[in-house]
Amino acid sequence: MKEILLSVAVMAVVTYLIRLLPLVLFKKKITNIYVQSFMEYIPCVVLSCMTFPAIFTCTQNVFSSLAGSVTAIFLGWKSRSLVEVACAAVVSALAVELLISLFTSTSHYFFIF
Amino acid sequence: MNEDYKEGFKLGIPIGIGYLCVSFAFGMMVKNASLPVWMAFLISATNMTSAGQFAGLNLIVLQASYAEMALTTLVINLRYALMSLSLSQRLDEKMSTFERCIMAFGVTDEIFAVSLTRTKPITLAYFMGILSPAFVGWTLGSVLGALFSSILPASISNVMNIALYGMFVAIILPAAKQDKKKRLAVVLATICSCLMTYQSVIQISQGWMIIFVSVAVSAFMAFFFPIRKQEEM
Repeated sequence: MKEILLSVAVMAVVTYLIRLLPLVLFKKKITNIYVQSFMEYIPCVVLSCMTFPAIFTCTQNVFSSLAGSVTAIFLGWKSRSLVEVACAAVVSALAVELLISLFTSTSHYFFIF
Repeated sequence: MNEDYKEGFKLGIPIGIGYLCVSFAFGMMVKNASLPVWMAFLISATNMTSAGQFAGLNLIVLQASYAEMALTTLVINLRYALMSLSLSQRLDEKMSTFERCIMAFGVTDEIFAVSLTRTKPITLAYFMGILSPAFVGWTLGSVLGALFSSILPASISNVMNIALYGMFVAIILPAAKQDKKKRLAVVLATICSCLMTYQSVIQISQGWMIIFVSVAVSAFMAFFFPIRKQEEM
């Protein structure tokens, strides 16, 4: 248990420092247009890398992942709110997951991608 | 109550609800790793990261070394440095170092994205307004997930993973739709990340892949398609 607590502490401290250092080190505004643009691109580029292709394989079954992904992409493109998109993705993935378990003889059988 | 805080709080409520779903899955994972319920609370309350916590928990289960834990956390969460850097340019200039130390805890993907929707400089009260419901949702969800993990089968708890990605999609796509250059950046990033994931020439972890591709694509875009903006976004 002591090791686990220390591991959690390591995780927490590293994460906090990553968030803190840029905030206290860069108090002045950066005026260089390339650096500014770089920072402008960073948020959606990072999130894109995190989401794709992980979203296609994040559930136990590739079909439920796909159902959730298509729903999320469709609603996301329609600029719906974070919660709406997240909930709709879960519901559609869940629906496919349940359908599959209905049609397979054993509920523990899944196509693992 | 402070107006800035209220303004932030309203923006934070949907994040809190979204976090409740995602952290529920995290709580279930904690329970599945045969750890106590309070551990789910402790990890969520001290870290408040999505992907970082999932990976960290995995390492705890594997009994990885502290160095490995530190490095993995660094790699997965390094994107927060980019977000904090971006955020540092939008803060109220009068904000003290102490105040910056407080708000640093709350830099997450969603809070970052939402806080930037403000045209005025970001104040501590505004940021804490967004952070508080998000924090409650995140920790409460983790505890509930750990408490009620036995009710739901594994297949369903795994479906919850998609909630997180759904939120990311909801942040990326509206930005890509509005701005041609950002759309190109998103397409490029997606192609590169898929290529890197499915190639088998170089062995690379997902965390490093995210950093490499993000820095490369953003640098490429910034160099060839710089965004000329006015005083404020």
